[in-house]
Amino acid sequence: MPESAVAQGWSPRRIPGVAYALVGLGMFFSIFARGFLSAPNLVNVGAQSAILLIVALPMTLIIMAEGLDLSAGAVLGLSGVTLSLALVQGAPLPVAFLLALAVGSTFGAINGLLVAVADIPPFVATLGTMGVAEGLAVALTDGRSVVGIGSTLPALYAGKFIGAPFAVWAAVLTYAVFHVLLYRTRFGAYVFALGGNREALVLAGLGANRYHILVYVLGGLLSGFGALLLTGRMSAGHPTAAIGMEFDAIAAVIVGGTRFERGNGWLPGTALGVITVGILKNGLNVMAVSSSLQVASIGVLVIAALLVDSIRERR
Amino acid sequence: MKSARSFHIPPIVYRMISVALIAIALAASTDAFIRSENILNVLRQASLTFLIASGLTLVVLTAGLDLSVGAVVGLSACLTGAAVKATGSIPLGIAVGLACGVVIGIANGLMVTSLKLPPFIATYGMLWIVYGINYWYMAGDTIYGFSDEFKSIGNGYALGVPIPVYLMIAFLILGTLFTRNTTYGHEIYAIGANAEAARLSGIPVRARLVLVYTLSGAMAGLAGVVYLARLGSAEAGIGDPLLLPVIAAVLIGGTSLFGGSGSLCGTLIGALILTLVLNGMNLLTVNAHWHPLVYGGVVLIAAGLDAAARKWSDG
Repeated sequence: MPESAVAQGWSPRRIPGVAYALVGLGMFFSIFARGFLSAPNLVNVGAQSAILLIVALPMTLIIMAEGLDLSAGAVLGLSGVTLSLALVQGAPLPVAFLLALAVGSTFGAINGLLVAVADIPPFVATLGTMGVAEGLAVALTDGRSVVGIGSTLPALYAGKFIGAPFAVWAAVLTYAVFHVLLYRTRFGAYVFALGGNREALVLAGLGANRYHILVYVLGGLLSGFGALLLTGRMSAGHPTAAIGMEFDAIAAVIVGGTRFERGNGWLPGTALGVITVGILKNGLNVMAVSSSLQVASIGVLVIAALLVDSIRERR
Repeated sequence: MKSARSFHIPPIVYRMISVALIAIALAASTDAFIRSENILNVLRQASLTFLIASGLTLVVLTAGLDLSVGAVVGLSACLTGAAVKATGSIPLGIAVGLACGVVIGIANGLMVTSLKLPPFIATYGMLWIVYGINYWYMAGDTIYGFSDEFKSIGNGYALGVPIPVYLMIAFLILGTLFTRNTTYGHEIYAIGANAEAARLSGIPVRARLVLVYTLSGAMAGLAGVVYLARLGSAEAGIGDPLLLPVIAAVLIGGTSLFGGSGSLCGTLIGALILTLVLNGMNLLTVNAHWHPLVYGGVVLIAAGLDAAARKWSDG
C-alpha cells in the first residue's frame, strides 16, 4: 500500500468502481432475467434493500473506524424477538419499538466497550456478542417464530406514503440523517479521524474512546430500527431470520468503496453498494438461482471489488 | 507489576488447574460424568475441536485469523460423503476432504498475501462462498448409509480408546515438533511477533503465511472427514456451529490474537475445557439453544483476558 494514499485520503477514483458494477449488473439482469425490469420488481428491490441500507449505514462508520460488526444480524434478530414478544404481551407499538432500540443499543454499547476500552480486536469481540445475541434470541423463543404480533406493525410496513413503501422512506430518511451526521457535523469529522488519525483525536484532548463507542452504539441502535422493518415484513419475530445480514451489509460497504484502513469512507458509495447487492440478489432470484449461490456470489463480488482495488493501487 | 513478574508461573499451569477444577466440579455434581464411557466421549469430542483448532492456532500465531474453518468442515464432510458413496473408496474420500481444505486454504493464503486483504475479511468472504457452494451442492439433501469401516474413523476404538483421540495425540505431537523444533515454526512465531522485522531478517513471510492458511484448511478438511465418520451422515449445515467453539478453544488455550505467542498444548487444553463445559451442560440437561450464548461468552472472556494481559505487559 503506497504511503501517498494517506495524503490523498478518500480518492474519487473509487466512484466508478461501484457504478460500473451497478450498471453492469443492471444491464445483465435486464437482458437475461425475464421480469427483472418491471416496476413491481424494482419496487421490490427497493423494499428489500431498505433494511440492508439501515444496517449498512452504521456499518460504514464502524468500518471507517477500522472496526467491524459481525453481530449486526444476530442483534437485529434479538431486537426483533424482543419487539415481537413485547407486542404479543400487549405492549403498544411505540413501547415495543423502544424496547427493541434499547436492546440493540445495549449490544452496540457492549461492542463499543469491548473494542474501544478492552482493546479486543473488533472481529473477535463482535463474533462473541454475535454468539451471545443469537443464543439469547434462540433461547428466549425456543428457536420458534414469535407469532401473534397483531396487525398494527404489518399494516404500517405495508403502508405507502406518497407512492413509496414505508420501508423505502425509512431508509431514505436514515440515509439523510447519516449523510448530515458524517459530512456536516463534528462527530462526522471525528469518525474520519478515528480510522485515519486516532492519535490526533487523543492529542486534541477529545477522548477518542467516547466516539469509538458511540459508533458501535449507532450500529446497535440501527439494528433495533431494522428489526422494526423486518418484523413488519414477516408479520412475526424470527430469532435467526437476520443471521448473515451483517455479511450483506459488510459486502455493500466494501463494494461501495469504504476500506478498513485510514478512515477511508464514502457514504453515497454504501448506498450504491446496497443497491448493487440488492440487484444481484434479486436478479439471481428472478433467474431462479438458489439462494445459497446468491450468498456465494456476494462473497465473490466482495473479493472482486477488493481485487480490482489492489490492481488499481499497484499501477 | 514488576515484582509479580519475577515469580512467573507458566500460564499453562493455570489452564491445567482450571481443567482439573471443571472436571472435579462436574464429577461432584453429576454421577454420569465419572463413567469411563462419558470421559471417552469427552475426549472424542475434544479431539474434533482440537483438529480444527490446531490449524487455526498456527494462523492466529501469525496474528491472522481463519473464519472459514467451520464452513470448510461442512464442505469437506459433504464432498467426502459424496465421494465415499459414489466409489466406496475410503482413501479417496479422505483425499477429497483434505484436498477441499487445502484448496480453500491456499485461496485464503493468496488473498491475504497477494491481495493484501485483512485476514478476517478474506476468510469471512470465503466463509460465505464455501457456505453457499455447499448448500447449493447439497440442495437440502442428506448423505447417509456409510460402511462400518468408514464410520470407525470417527466412532471406532483401538485398545479401548476412540480413534479420533489417536489422531489428536498424533497431531499434537507432530504440530508441537513443527512449531518448536523446526525453522518453519520459529518463523511463524517471528511473523506474528513482528511481521516487518521478520521480513527484514529474510523470512519469506508470504510463503509462510500461505503455508499456515493451507495447513488450517487441511486440518479443517481432515476434521470434516472425522466428523462425517462420527455422525454417519452429511448435510450442508453440519460445520456451521463449529466456528465459535473452535475460536474459543484457541483463545482459552492462551494463543494471543495479536500473534507471536501461544502453543498447540494450550489449544488442546482449550479444547478440553470447552468440551468439559459443553459436556457438563448436557449432563445437567441445559437446552442446546444456550450453546451459542455460552460459546460467545467464553470467546469474549478469553479475548478480554488476552487483551488485558497485553495491556499490562506493554506498560
